[in-house]
Amino acid sequence: MTTSFYLAAAVALASTLMVITRARIIHALLYFIISLFSVSIMFFAAGAPFAAALEVIIYAGAIMVLFLFIIMILNLGAEAAAQERQWLTPGIWLGPSMLALILIADLAFLISRGGGYANGLYAVTVQPKDVGIALYGPYLLGVELASLLLLAGLIGALHLARRNVPEEGEDGTGIN
Amino acid sequence: MENLFFLIPALPILGFIALALFGRRMSAGAIRTMGVGSIGFSLLCALASAGQFLNAFQAGRPWVQTLWQWFAVPGLAVSVSLKLDSLSLIMALVVVFVSFLIHVYSAWYMDGDEEYGRFFAWMNLFTGAMLTLVLAGDILLLYLGWEGVGLCSYLLIGFWYKEPANARAAIKAFIVTRVGDTAFLIGLFLIALKTGTLDIAQASTSIGAMKASGLPTLIAMLLLGGAVGKSAQLPLQTWLPDAMAGPTPVSALIHAATMVTAGVYLIARMNAFFVLSPVAMEAVAAIGALTLFLAAVSALFQTDIKRMLAYSTMSQIGYMFLGLGVGAWSASLFHFMTHAFFKALLFMSAGVIIKAMHEEHDIFKIRKKLLSGTAFPVPPIAFWSFLTGGAALAALPFITSGAYSKDMIISGAWTSGHVWVWALALAGSFLTGLYTFRVFFTVFAGTGQSVYSFGGKRNLLVLIPLAVLSVFSVVAGYIKSNIIPFLGMVLPAVAPVKGEPFIVYIAPMLLPLIGIALAWLLYSPRAKATALKAWAEAAPLSGFFLRGWDFDRLYDFLIIRPYKFAGRLIQTDPVDLIYSLIAVISGLFHFVLGTSQTGKIRLYAALIGIGTAIIITWAVLF
Amino acid sequence: MAPVSIDNGLMVAWALFVLGFIGVLVRRDLVFVLMSIEVMLNAAGLAFILAGAKWGKPDGQVMFIFILATAAAEVALGLGLVLRFHHKFKTLDTDAASKMRG
Repeated sequence: MTTSFYLAAAVALASTLMVITRARIIHALLYFIISLFSVSIMFFAAGAPFAAALEVIIYAGAIMVLFLFIIMILNLGAEAAAQERQWLTPGIWLGPSMLALILIADLAFLISRGGGYANGLYAVTVQPKDVGIALYGPYLLGVELASLLLLAGLIGALHLARRNVPEEGEDGTGIN
Repeated sequence: MENLFFLIPALPILGFIALALFGRRMSAGAIRTMGVGSIGFSLLCALASAGQFLNAFQAGRPWVQTLWQWFAVPGLAVSVSLKLDSLSLIMALVVVFVSFLIHVYSAWYMDGDEEYGRFFAWMNLFTGAMLTLVLAGDILLLYLGWEGVGLCSYLLIGFWYKEPANARAAIKAFIVTRVGDTAFLIGLFLIALKTGTLDIAQASTSIGAMKASGLPTLIAMLLLGGAVGKSAQLPLQTWLPDAMAGPTPVSALIHAATMVTAGVYLIARMNAFFVLSPVAMEAVAAIGALTLFLAAVSALFQTDIKRMLAYSTMSQIGYMFLGLGVGAWSASLFHFMTHAFFKALLFMSAGVIIKAMHEEHDIFKIRKKLLSGTAFPVPPIAFWSFLTGGAALAALPFITSGAYSKDMIISGAWTSGHVWVWALALAGSFLTGLYTFRVFFTVFAGTGQSVYSFGGKRNLLVLIPLAVLSVFSVVAGYIKSNIIPFLGMVLPAVAPVKGEPFIVYIAPMLLPLIGIALAWLLYSPRAKATALKAWAEAAPLSGFFLRGWDFDRLYDFLIIRPYKFAGRLIQTDPVDLIYSLIAVISGLFHFVLGTSQTGKIRLYAALIGIGTAIIITWAVLF
Repeated sequence: MAPVSIDNGLMVAWALFVLGFIGVLVRRDLVFVLMSIEVMLNAAGLAFILAGAKWGKPDGQVMFIFILATAAAEVALGLGLVLRFHHKFKTLDTDAASKMRG
């Protein structure tokens, strides 16, 4: 388990690095799916099989397909890729990487101070049943809120995707 | 008529409303008919009321008509009520009669003016407001008329508003009288507060109970302040000479019938307050005496015929104030009546002359034009009217009405024991004869007479008012023995404190004659005393007197300059600096925050990241 | 073998999060930005799962489910916006939408 966890972690980090460095979206998407899979394995290794399943089904299965649709609809081709490659100069990378280093340093410092944690994960598998009981017990309100959020997302997406919405903007009313 | 005398003020106001609404669409003839007709019908109403009132006079009961209740709050109920007694009857009759003649005259004088309708609308409102003032049975309604008169004077003095000087004169008249109006208003509030009523009769009754306190004096002084402003007495007299900027009929209306006599009427109407306060009475007498003398001296140096008349009005109103102050109430009101006739007459004849001279006001230039024949000839009626009016103004004894009323006031001053007031009045009497006939001789002496054609039937519009007023200027004096007891019904009488020796009796009759004789010596074509005349004209003080004792400069120095200085000081609103500082700080924040709004999402994300880094670093380290 | 250290697990989650954050900052293509946000959300989810596993409680997974719901809603709206954005600006460069400056 421990080995698989660290292996998956390594794959996840590598593939995520590939995601943010690819010039073509479709490549990035494929790497991202790999990343999700490896995270899913980490979930499984950490004793959360239900979450691992959801990760694969919803994230990799549903959400990534949405991205795929968008890429197909917009038909982003070589032109956009060339443009993006042009933008990705080393100078661009420098600042954010420094920022990231600071964050990592923060984390390392935090962890080096112990933080009061016990030093390992329990090898206990939390069953989907327990998750369900928790969801519909103490977290009932959260579930309701999440459902409202999804409804809002549904309506919003429906509205945004409507073709016959009059195009705003030129006369300064919409996004401008 | 007892229930219909409200028509006296109502008709001119209706005329005003009709002219104001439809004046632009009416022909000149219709405007003339409407403007003059409304006053004419008002005059008929006044005459009918007077007839019935005199028939029932034995009862001595005033007519009171309450039209409606204006408003009622706890402790004070004000109704719109009119009151007709001998005082307001005389006053209203004179006002409406003289106004009517002036309106007739205006129909000729203003003919061809592009704003004929506007002129008659305001003239009607002016008369209506004055009649409201006179007939009001309630102080608040009186105040309404009072302010209406002030408003109309502003509108009419600035009638030819395209000339900036005229607009300035109008504003000056309005603001200066406003100073007095404020005093009046405070007095009005005091009356309402202390007596709980604004009905004149009730307030007059209840103030009697407060005789011991200083309240009657305070109220009387405040009312006097209002009267002084409206009647152009010291120290608020400066607006009147400049008010000559208005058309001549307006001057006639202001000086003879409306406006300036309102102050005299106010004091007479509120006599209950003044009788209780010897101090206020003395103040009234002193103001009257000083004003009459100052104005008479100034009149002597004027070269503008209308300004001379303006100062003479000031002087004559001074006589009325003097009369009120020394307790010769009826005599003052009698003088108001005769003055209304002869002053209207003088102004109207002066208007005819000025119009004939192409708007020339300077008496020396008028004479030059008359001699050279470059002007229209002056009509005989103007000459005779000016002579009659001038004689009445100078109080030529026995013949003219002015003599009867003025002599009564002067003898009242003597018999009540005000010797120095009496002396000033006598000096004024001498000066009046001098300045009136200085102008008369300067303009007319030796010029001969020629015939002036007014053209067409409108001839009558000038002829009738001048002729009627000429007659009244003479005969009005003969009803003295009727009118004094009649006014005595409402006005208090003061018993004489000392007898009248023959010299005192004869002096006011002789002094005008001496003045006229001196004027002849100085200003006739065959003047003997040219050296004296030259000295008088060149006297170092002549400019000072010409400018009316430089009160304008004094006020400019004492009030206007400090005010302007203070205005400049706070021009930048120092207090606002605090608030501007808030605005500046807000603007600064706006700039900083606005600059950060670049619209670049990645920058926002970076800023969020930096913020997170800072917070976490801080949390970790501390 | 030693059990998985929670420190190391959290380290991985942080690394993923930081990678996503760098993606947001560096990439100008709107779809990439959205994808990077997904990476960050995913990293947060990982942290929750690990924490839940640490205590052997289901709460971490519950939180992950909520994150999942949030991510789904966000992606649905975000992609809708991407469509509109592309329709309007004919590009996916985020800086093209910087006209709305303060």
